[in-house]
Amino acid sequence: MPEEKKTKTVKTIKVDVDKCNGCRACEMICSAYHAAPKYSGNNPERSRVRVIREPLRDVYVPVYAGEYTPAECLGRDKYIIDGKEYDECAFCRASCPSRDLFKEPDSGLPLKCDMCEGEDEPLCVKWCIVDALTYEEREEEAEEDEKPEDIDVGIEALADKYGMDKIMDAVARMSQQKKD
Amino acid sequence: MRYAETGYNLEVDLSRGNIERVETDPRDTELYLGGLGTSAKIIWERVPPEVEPFSPDNLLIFAAGLLCGTPATGCNRTIVTTISPQTELMAFSMMGGFLAPELKYAGYDKVIFRGKSPDLVYLWIHNDKVELRDATHLRGKGAIETAALIQQELKEPKAQVAAIGAAGENRVFFASIEQGRSSASRGGIGAVMGDKNLKAIVVRGTKDVSIAKPMEFMELCNEVLEYIKYRNDHPIPGVMPILAGLGSPQEMKVHDEKWHTENFSWGNSRTRRKDFWNEDIAREWTETMESMRTRLISCYNCPMTCGATISPPGMPTYMMKCFSKLTYTMAAMSDLEFGLGIAQSATEYGVDGFSAPQVMAFALELLENGILTDEDFPGMPEDNEGRFYWLLEHIVHREGIGDILANGTYWAAKQIGKGAEEYAHNNIKKHEQLPLKLSMLNPIYFIMYATGEKINITQIEGQFPQAPFPKREHREAFVKDWFQVPDEKFKQYFLDWEPRGDNSIPYYPTPPMVADIVDWQERMHYIDDALGMCAGLSSFPLKPPYHLHNYPKFISAGAGVDMDEEKLTQAIRRYRTLVRANNTRRGMSRKDEKPPKDHWKKRFPELEKELLDTYYAFKGWNEDGIPTETTLREFGLDYVADDFLARGILTKDADAPPKDDAPEKGKEA
Repeated sequence: MPEEKKTKTVKTIKVDVDKCNGCRACEMICSAYHAAPKYSGNNPERSRVRVIREPLRDVYVPVYAGEYTPAECLGRDKYIIDGKEYDECAFCRASCPSRDLFKEPDSGLPLKCDMCEGEDEPLCVKWCIVDALTYEEREEEAEEDEKPEDIDVGIEALADKYGMDKIMDAVARMSQQKKD
Repeated sequence: MRYAETGYNLEVDLSRGNIERVETDPRDTELYLGGLGTSAKIIWERVPPEVEPFSPDNLLIFAAGLLCGTPATGCNRTIVTTISPQTELMAFSMMGGFLAPELKYAGYDKVIFRGKSPDLVYLWIHNDKVELRDATHLRGKGAIETAALIQQELKEPKAQVAAIGAAGENRVFFASIEQGRSSASRGGIGAVMGDKNLKAIVVRGTKDVSIAKPMEFMELCNEVLEYIKYRNDHPIPGVMPILAGLGSPQEMKVHDEKWHTENFSWGNSRTRRKDFWNEDIAREWTETMESMRTRLISCYNCPMTCGATISPPGMPTYMMKCFSKLTYTMAAMSDLEFGLGIAQSATEYGVDGFSAPQVMAFALELLENGILTDEDFPGMPEDNEGRFYWLLEHIVHREGIGDILANGTYWAAKQIGKGAEEYAHNNIKKHEQLPLKLSMLNPIYFIMYATGEKINITQIEGQFPQAPFPKREHREAFVKDWFQVPDEKFKQYFLDWEPRGDNSIPYYPTPPMVADIVDWQERMHYIDDALGMCAGLSSFPLKPPYHLHNYPKFISAGAGVDMDEEKLTQAIRRYRTLVRANNTRRGMSRKDEKPPKDHWKKRFPELEKELLDTYYAFKGWNEDGIPTETTLREFGLDYVADDFLARGILTKDADAPPKDDAPEKGKEA
């Protein structure tokens, strides 16, 4: 018997770089909204969206702050699209040690986009009246549970490489650390 | 705690290499707002009339307007103030772009330069760290090129740069300060920057700008944003396309140039080509624009896309806005492809897009008429377009005849003599004007041209339609949602304005109405220049989102300065009078307040006299255009009144209030 399907809401900001006019209103309003108290100040450096902007090369890429990562990637991506070369890591959302993007200017703590939880739409979208940023919400079927096979496959691969004992030790050590 | 403003200026002594951070007096914000207002006061206090434009004692002030860096849409202008080499009066020229907000984020409202650096330098402001750095390796580099080189050497791609090109370095009297997306062009302020041996000002700021009453302020901002969207969807019917919407004239978007090309004059502001525009030209120019224009772009926190990135074939990319699209084309009697191409060089060299083409056309007219000869132009190419490139090169490097032309048409004509003055025919207060030559005197424009101290018609016109609408029903429709008017009487002025008959130009609007109308339009521009608001969302277009009714609220909620319409009007009149006082002290008076003789074919000397008399009286100026003692004391400008009396510019007013009763006691400079 099939169980009742679960759904989750997927929130998407569609970024149309062709429409971006480079005005950075998104940065301004994001930082104003997240100021404490709300709107008491603004500072684009605190924004969770940044426009990578090089007018003379016609590069305009609004990028959103994603997950924090403590380590740099070993390789760096460089994209060339329609003959335009974008900076290393241009499209990456991570707050990471390799660049100064998405960090609080005074504390250095990482920033992350929260889609302006509680508002009708993210404020960067509301303020982007040239429609480079638009907002979409859709319902998607949620996966029931994580497929057990995925974990099995991963652990087997690690066991092949390091031996089962080492894996057991590592798991024990990590779970101990978690408890501490 | 200061709100909207930072409360600090940077004082940079270029002679000694000394930099200080100085706290400002919050009372000045109430009286003079900020931007132009407070800069006018600094010029009054520190630049007496004996100081020549190229003296180390002249100041060059970069000011971020009071509300720059706040969420107020379109509030991004830097106001540059100094004494102009061309007019020898106080110049104030504005630029949008990104510099002013960045300066606020770095923690400063103004940067005030004095002295003269021994070598070429640039100022690097990175929050609390401020230093003068060597720029000798940037000598002769283009303004846009310079910005890129500095960003690279500092490894600061997000730094905002305002720089001069060769024209500024060589003290060309119409040199601009370029900021990539925008420029401060009028009054030759780039020449003063060059004279001070200052190549660029570079800013990176990562601090907060605070708001006094956050929720109120945001509500006002949201209303403005909503109204912008409404106006984008509802252009004003019955006016030409560039006046129907908001923003700077949308020259980068609009392809139909019938109006400009047939109403503005070509060459040295001489020839009207009334049948110029046709389908072939429309197609050709549209193709040119579309092949070179990569993107429509905006200044900081503004959705209006008034500018564009332009890539002429075989030349570097640059950014352009507004009417410089056509100034070179029309001066050279050429086409759009030429205009967009030479504007690239002109932007790198850093020259004013209004004056430069006219100076070049003036030179060629002198050649045609034998006042200059071929010997003055050695090696100049035969073809028209080649000549303009040749002239531009020689002017910005002050080579040969270029050295004379670099002083603008007024001074060049004086130097050349032999009747050359007749050819420098399109100046007001020694400064080249838009190339417009019309038929019937328009009384509103007469007063604006005569008395404007920003020396540019686009910087005083705006709120009132330029011409009457043909039928009363059109006018009734227009006034229906015209809530921006300061008073209901303006609607009546417009309703009764007819294209022909008793209520038409030049005798209608009547002189008192003209005074009201011009004063309203001027007030809007002066507010903008103090707040740092772009004229394109405020003083320039009809029915703008910012107006006399919501500005006091913006100032109260943003800067925490108690403000209402009355107090705001008083503040604007105060610093507007102070601008005039600076110029009065430099010798400006009624004799200088004249539109070009040939601006209109049909002139009315008696009416013109009445218009000027009425306007002066309305403003509280005497018949020579000098603010009276009563006016000065009423605005709390006792220090100006006393100076005028001491200098003999004024004699004691019989009706002036005794000094002890004057408001703002103790505010003497």
